[in-house]
Amino acid sequence: MSTSVTPSTPSTPSTPGTAVTSPTAPTGPKRRSGTARRFLTSPQALGASLVLAAVVVLVVFAPLFTAHDPNAADLKDAFGAPGGGHLLGFDSSGRDVWSRLLHGGRNTLGGALLAVAVALAVGVPTGLAAGYYGGWFDSVSNWWVNLVMALPAMVVLLATRAVLGTTVWVLMVVLGVLVAPGFYRLVRGTVAAMRGELYVDAARVFGLRDSRIIVRHVLVVVRAPVIIQGALVAGMAIGLQAGLEFLGIGSGDLPTWGAMLNEAFTNIQRAPVFMLWPGLALGLTSAALVLLAASLRDVLEDRGTAPATGRGARRLGADAPTTLDSAGERADLLSVRDLAVTYTLADGSSREVVHGVDLDVRRGEVLGLVGESGSGKTQTAFSVLGLLPEGGRVSRGSILLDGTEVVGSAEKEMRNLRGDTVAYVPQEPMSNLDPAFTIGDHLTEPLRVKLGLSRTQARARALDLLRQVEIPDPERTFRSHPHQISGGMAQRVLIAGAISCDPDLLVADEPTTALDVTVQAEVLGLLRRLQAERGMGVLLVTHNLGVVADLCDRVAVMRQGRIVEVGTTEQILRDPQEDYTRGLLDAVLDDTPAREPWQPREAAQ
Amino acid sequence: MTSFILRRLGSGLLLLVVISALAYLLLSLPGTDVGRHVLGPAAPQDAVDAHNAGLGLDRPVAVRYLDWLTSALQGDLGRSWFTSEDVSLALANRLPVTFSLMIGVTLVTAVVSFGLGVWAGVRRGAVDRAVQLVSVFGYALPGFLVTLIIVLVFAVRLGWFPAIGYTPFSRSPGGWLATVTLPVLSLSVAGIAGVAQQVRSSVIDVMGRDYVRTLRARGLPTSRVVFRHVLRNAATPGLTVLGMQFVGLLGGAVIVEQIFGLPGIGAMTVQYTTRGDIPVIMGVVMVSVIGVILINLLVDVLVGWLNPKARVA
Repeated sequence: MSTSVTPSTPSTPSTPGTAVTSPTAPTGPKRRSGTARRFLTSPQALGASLVLAAVVVLVVFAPLFTAHDPNAADLKDAFGAPGGGHLLGFDSSGRDVWSRLLHGGRNTLGGALLAVAVALAVGVPTGLAAGYYGGWFDSVSNWWVNLVMALPAMVVLLATRAVLGTTVWVLMVVLGVLVAPGFYRLVRGTVAAMRGELYVDAARVFGLRDSRIIVRHVLVVVRAPVIIQGALVAGMAIGLQAGLEFLGIGSGDLPTWGAMLNEAFTNIQRAPVFMLWPGLALGLTSAALVLLAASLRDVLEDRGTAPATGRGARRLGADAPTTLDSAGERADLLSVRDLAVTYTLADGSSREVVHGVDLDVRRGEVLGLVGESGSGKTQTAFSVLGLLPEGGRVSRGSILLDGTEVVGSAEKEMRNLRGDTVAYVPQEPMSNLDPAFTIGDHLTEPLRVKLGLSRTQARARALDLLRQVEIPDPERTFRSHPHQISGGMAQRVLIAGAISCDPDLLVADEPTTALDVTVQAEVLGLLRRLQAERGMGVLLVTHNLGVVADLCDRVAVMRQGRIVEVGTTEQILRDPQEDYTRGLLDAVLDDTPAREPWQPREAAQ
Repeated sequence: MTSFILRRLGSGLLLLVVISALAYLLLSLPGTDVGRHVLGPAAPQDAVDAHNAGLGLDRPVAVRYLDWLTSALQGDLGRSWFTSEDVSLALANRLPVTFSLMIGVTLVTAVVSFGLGVWAGVRRGAVDRAVQLVSVFGYALPGFLVTLIIVLVFAVRLGWFPAIGYTPFSRSPGGWLATVTLPVLSLSVAGIAGVAQQVRSSVIDVMGRDYVRTLRARGLPTSRVVFRHVLRNAATPGLTVLGMQFVGLLGGAVIVEQIFGLPGIGAMTVQYTTRGDIPVIMGVVMVSVIGVILINLLVDVLVGWLNPKARVA
């Protein structure tokens, strides 16, 4: 009989004699103090560990907690009430229930531990090898795994019992083999994904032996998911084993929780209370294992709780808008005053990332919002669209879109403005198209929903839009899925989608950054043409001053969440007032290919 | 698409043959003496040997397996060594029971788990925590324990449904519904918990994707984005887990059919398998593996339909 029976908590101290071990029990893979502390402060993790530790101690040291023989039967005691040292009374054969419960747990928990150990021994090394080396071993193992996973476990176990006999240990070994593919897949997937990672390549270049790389780098990554899976498998094994014993396919006379349930079930009319104790033991133990796995996952994956949002009318901003006309008259198309954006972090604290930004875009004007990454320019753009990522909110300020205040407005009002008042061109073309729908679906859906066009009207208009963004074969592109077109094409499609409902303001977030240099020039040309034809206002977010020079009438320079300089493009590029702007300019001039000297062009206003 | 399905069915057939060979070999490991088992411990040895010879057990395993395979491919699964029942006929009688159970469970699981998962993943906050808590418990409690609790509450205490027995649909649809409700409920709990968790996390993942923001920036209503775009992209992992649940369902059905006294494949498995009745066990294994292969194929076809990138050929 094994001494440490908690499969998922390798470091549980099993101090003899104490009813409940110290709550220092398990941590994640390694005792990193932060992880351990977070784990121990989670009531769920602590509760589950305590329950498991208590069960393990009671079961492992069963003889210390009961003086009665679990199999000593005396029919005159049958269904006897608790009392006289018999804590839970007697079962239908007059055996001591408490004693059977404790001794029964030994078989149940020991069996589960055996199953997990076998599954680990089979699944982890094969998964490591298949994921790390790939090749024929990988193919053969995958085929084998698919085969094992197609087998119904219960049928195999029953057949095993028929052939190999009634020993519960043999069944648990077989169960371990049957669940090993779970570990195999987990480890193989993780390892295969990280095999291409640079630091593994680097380690290999440095001449580290494979075994050392596996132990030092690979095992560290798979450790956490394997521990979690181990706890889940242990819970499952306990349930399955008890299920088999419940069917009467257990280890004969050995007391087990499943056999106790079976016996109680046959007497369910006479004494239903007998179902309670083994049921409770079984339920508590497997629930504790799964809860432990769940909290381990939460801690290790650092999944913070999402900020609570009220239901129904979801507010875009929290505080009442304060209008500070600090920069004088407000522009007619877009006017931002004192905008602050705050994120709620996983630990509940909050952090302001945009601190009081003022911006104005007039009709037909192109405003460049420039700054290095992390300066808050994208956050500002998302605030204008009312589409800040989860956890972020407009915490202060005012945003007037075509005369409508959007800070604090309901999601529904904001939605009405999107598409036809303000539209959005994203940075990364491929990830911004839904892979499940055709290009045609992407273009016709807003037309039908926003403008109420019929299917044929929407189709005709979508094809026209594709022509407008200079796509060579509109019919074919219309039928294509996103993965079938190039990045440059995808960006044109996204631009077509943005202009489809004739917006007054286009918010373009680094619209050319993700493209090849030649495609960049084409897309910029396209944007310039569409802007001029339609007289759209554009808020162009970019870090590329070449793009600014090409397209913008005015420029706002952003740094660390604040606007540091605003002016016409000519002013900013020719005569920057701020050191920071000068730094940005120098940086660009150093690493861009030589281009024609900048020519001031007619401002569109 | 057709060639994809045909190819998959072909490889499924191969898998079936490999598994059958493996199973036959394992089942024929020395250890059980069928003749002794049938005739009892008191029977003389030569009678036992004669009985075994009558079943063809004196021939090599490979020959016996090839015999079995040849007739199996012609649709004849042989007769039970213990009851002389025709295996194909026994399976045909019992399949509808298990089948109706599984379809019921799959439908209930799919509807409830996708509903809960989407609700939790989109709404987050308190709803999310509640759904997670409930599904952790649904997943954590051993299936048969859940079944026992359900029997205790709804059949024994409240008496709303019969605790035991089965009424064929053809005899009385109402009676059929009454007898399968509790088994379906019992088998659905774990599946709902598992699939809802999966759907929830993929919904959260997809909700954070760039294209969801872009779709919302087009002015589409959130509900439309969720049900048309998010659900479609998040469905793949949920469906895969649902398919895997089905394999587990075969095991769960064994216990649930036993508890509720349903005359299905599961109950048959327990009765015959424990005695080492190879023709019957082989029949059950074949039926289960065919079920698994078909379900996996169905899941793959559905996933391909939902996600064009995963479409093969």
